[in-house]
Amino acid sequence: MKRSEFLYLSGLGAGALMLPNLSLFGNPIDPMEALNVVDTRIKKELADVALNAAKAKGASYADVRIGRYLNQFVATREKNVQGVSNTESYGVGVRVIANGCWGFASTNNVTKEEIAKAAERAVAVAKANAKIQGEAVQLAPQNGYGEVSWKSPIEKNAFEVPVKEKVDLLLATNALAMQGGASFVNSVIFAVNEQKYFASTDGSYIDQDIHRIYPNFQVTKIDRSNGKFDTIRSLSTPMGMGYEYLDPTESSKVKGVVTRYKDRYDILEDIKAATVNVDQKMKAKSVEPGKYDLVLDPSHLWLTIHESVGHPTELDRVLGYEANYAGTSFLTLDKLNSKNFNFGNKLVNVTADKTEKTSLGAVGYDDEGVECKKWDIVKDGVLVNFQATRDQAHMIGLKESQGCSYAQSWADVQFQRMPNISLQPGKEELSVDDMIKDVEKGVYIIGDGSFSIDQQRYNFQFGGQMFYEIKEGKIVGMLKDVSYQSNTQEFWNAVGAICDERDYRLGGAFNDGKGQPGQSNAVSHGSSTTRFNGVNVINTARKI
Amino acid sequence: MGIISKAEAQAILKKALSFSKADECEVSLTGTEGGNIRYARNAVSTAGDISTMGLAISSTFGKKTGSATINEFDDASLEKVVRRSEELAQLAPPNPEYVSLEGPKTFAESITYNKTTAAVNPDIRAEAVKKSLDIAKAANLEAAGFLENSTSFRAIMNSKGLFAYNMDTDVSFSVTTRNQAGTGSGYVSESFNDISKLDTLALTKVAAQKAVGSAGAKALEPGKYTVILEPLAASDMLSNMVRGFDARSAEEGRSFMSKKGGGTRLGEQLFNEQVNIYSDPFNADLPSATWNGDGIPQEKVTWVENGVVKNLSYSRYWAQQKGVKPVPGANRVIMEGGTASLEDLIKSTERGILVTRFWYIRSVDPQTLLLTGLTRDGTFYIENGKIMYPVKNFRFNESPIIMLNNVEALGKPQRSGNMIVPPMKIRDFTFSSLSDAV
Repeated sequence: MKRSEFLYLSGLGAGALMLPNLSLFGNPIDPMEALNVVDTRIKKELADVALNAAKAKGASYADVRIGRYLNQFVATREKNVQGVSNTESYGVGVRVIANGCWGFASTNNVTKEEIAKAAERAVAVAKANAKIQGEAVQLAPQNGYGEVSWKSPIEKNAFEVPVKEKVDLLLATNALAMQGGASFVNSVIFAVNEQKYFASTDGSYIDQDIHRIYPNFQVTKIDRSNGKFDTIRSLSTPMGMGYEYLDPTESSKVKGVVTRYKDRYDILEDIKAATVNVDQKMKAKSVEPGKYDLVLDPSHLWLTIHESVGHPTELDRVLGYEANYAGTSFLTLDKLNSKNFNFGNKLVNVTADKTEKTSLGAVGYDDEGVECKKWDIVKDGVLVNFQATRDQAHMIGLKESQGCSYAQSWADVQFQRMPNISLQPGKEELSVDDMIKDVEKGVYIIGDGSFSIDQQRYNFQFGGQMFYEIKEGKIVGMLKDVSYQSNTQEFWNAVGAICDERDYRLGGAFNDGKGQPGQSNAVSHGSSTTRFNGVNVINTARKI
Repeated sequence: MGIISKAEAQAILKKALSFSKADECEVSLTGTEGGNIRYARNAVSTAGDISTMGLAISSTFGKKTGSATINEFDDASLEKVVRRSEELAQLAPPNPEYVSLEGPKTFAESITYNKTTAAVNPDIRAEAVKKSLDIAKAANLEAAGFLENSTSFRAIMNSKGLFAYNMDTDVSFSVTTRNQAGTGSGYVSESFNDISKLDTLALTKVAAQKAVGSAGAKALEPGKYTVILEPLAASDMLSNMVRGFDARSAEEGRSFMSKKGGGTRLGEQLFNEQVNIYSDPFNADLPSATWNGDGIPQEKVTWVENGVVKNLSYSRYWAQQKGVKPVPGANRVIMEGGTASLEDLIKSTERGILVTRFWYIRSVDPQTLLLTGLTRDGTFYIENGKIMYPVKNFRFNESPIIMLNNVEALGKPQRSGNMIVPPMKIRDFTFSSLSDAV
């Protein structure tokens, strides 16, 4: 069974936004029920049942996650509301080490009796697998934090905003597209709330309340006379925020050839621009293949960072745990240990950060009870670190975990997942306009599009949403049929300049896929507009 | 509790419907029992057991629909979930695309259930994985794999008297073997309805041969090559395309099936005349239920005959708009082939590339269905009917539409994931760059 390695809500396959399969997310509920939270005293009692049952059966370590996962989708198409759904998934996952081997079991019956049974099943699975296990699991030490809590710093809980307000906003968005001459338009608001309680035999009891939001649209234009069609997607991005993301402010707008957005999004302004741009895109010149200097906007570059920097620095891939699915990594342990592997040139500094405000990866503690932090991955172009969990830390000589454990729900076992991985802004003052002035022959790319990379993360190909031709320092018009191909190390050594922190923005995705059975992880990637010199651009137009 | 009988399911569904006060109401009950085991670096990494059952109910007043689900099945819980769906329906905006539910129908009995597969337990899984690990260790290779089995049932009933029940079983296994130097990699992936057809030992041997044989790959210039696609690689290319056999997007002008000037390409010779593609719920290797979630019969449907597009799928709404019969989407398709083996196809090739599988396939242009992706886990150069040496992986940029116009020969079909496809010999397949990945 093959699953896409990197799924996300929009932009898949043949155009239209896909409505998620609700059964994957949980049970439909009344919108107002989302606001009732489970008392931490009750959760602590239930957690202790799991930990005690696991220890009684011989577990040397146990952790338990009591999770309540809420999702709301409001989906529209032209004048119609296609669906409004609220889902809830509530249950308990117990993970143990017994006889040196991991075991996991989960239950959606949140009673003391069923939780104890799940803990016992987890121990039984661990003991069965210990018979064909190699090395015993080795956990990095972790002190218990006692009873602590963390909450996304949101201003407006999306689940408290009436559905009608969301429907009205999306239908107003669609109306602007149709008035502007679009053939079709789809728009969606997707809100997530993870209420997670973690406890472990190390003595941590951690209560967390995490919020995310993703408004987006796709506008389609069709020319019946020649049978052609084209689309443009919104320049919004999923954020670790509440509904305040949809309250536009002028200061969060980045003006230019098209307006882009920081931590506040103006969906009405964006749809107007997209409707005009999709028309221009259809009429645009088909790109002449060859070498170009690329100027990549953060709304595009986040995905290139995700694929070419985020994935190859995941320690489970480096070690071979993902060999049968997502693949391994060209970044081997000896490249890290050499302390002189030139991942990129001196301008390239990349950090891993689970603490950055408004990002998707921001939490207080990871899913094995490790407090979140920030660390360097690439320093002045040199590879300096990976991303690890407690059972992996010793493999790269770390004394403690980097806090990269995550499970998509209570029903899934936690494993190493990507933190926010971001390209640091340039240290010298540089605006986008000044960067473009220096480009003789280039393509300026805004928005992410098609993406593909090999299983060790060398060779990649990316498309985009909007492509602008740069000639002698000036934007001269739109292009179409553009994709670029490169090799990760070559590409990051071709960085010509990085704009300063004024241009820094996040991009990201809710559904970064990994593992068997597959799990999704939400992750952001920050960057400022960056120039890459002499990259191979191909023309993707074909006739069928 | 994950699996219940037809009579037990019918009783629960009837009870739930008896509480309904809506204009229309439909209830579905689904359950799964199964488990998985994952291994890497020649040892088990994770394993889990699954047992779940749930009931979903949709109530409709006029065109306003609300849905709710529950996993408790006593009378009070069933009444509660019905009331909740009715409350949500009253809050929902009307859906102009709502179509009144299907009436009662008789569906053929499916062949999707297999007793042996349903009896798999954690020990059987561990034993199957042990065989795979033993082969890898003996060959001094590192194995990473995944084995998963499930038994599931689904039952639906609605206020117009429709009732259907189906139970199915499935097992899938895949393994990647790599040499210690990381210079060779092999892979197999197989899915079955009947676990007695699964031989993890033999399959791991195939992966091991590919791992050993692919070490020391040479670089060839990218360009247009004759390729022989193993069934796995062929199914990778086609799965995207069959999802696009949809009337609505074609008629709306936003699909590769749309026609210049309006309308669809139904009836057009879109492919080489050797191409025949159909769905058949009674195929022994790839059986499926005889009805879909909307209560529409799933019957044998010919999608492509001698290269001509014969059918497109119609949702219930779109079928009503167009005054035609609804046709469920192309799921579990079968592409016909010939009798030649993979070896026969290789023997008949003067110069070409043998592709084990593709990886990270993404749509580049939905207009032409142009895809990009890479070869992986065993790519070999063929000259004068013989495999000469392994070659470095390529990135391709190719459309399955163009590919199925360039068919030279088709071999004996076999199941690959949720398709049955032949190995294919294709001319002028476009490789656009080289990858160093192993």
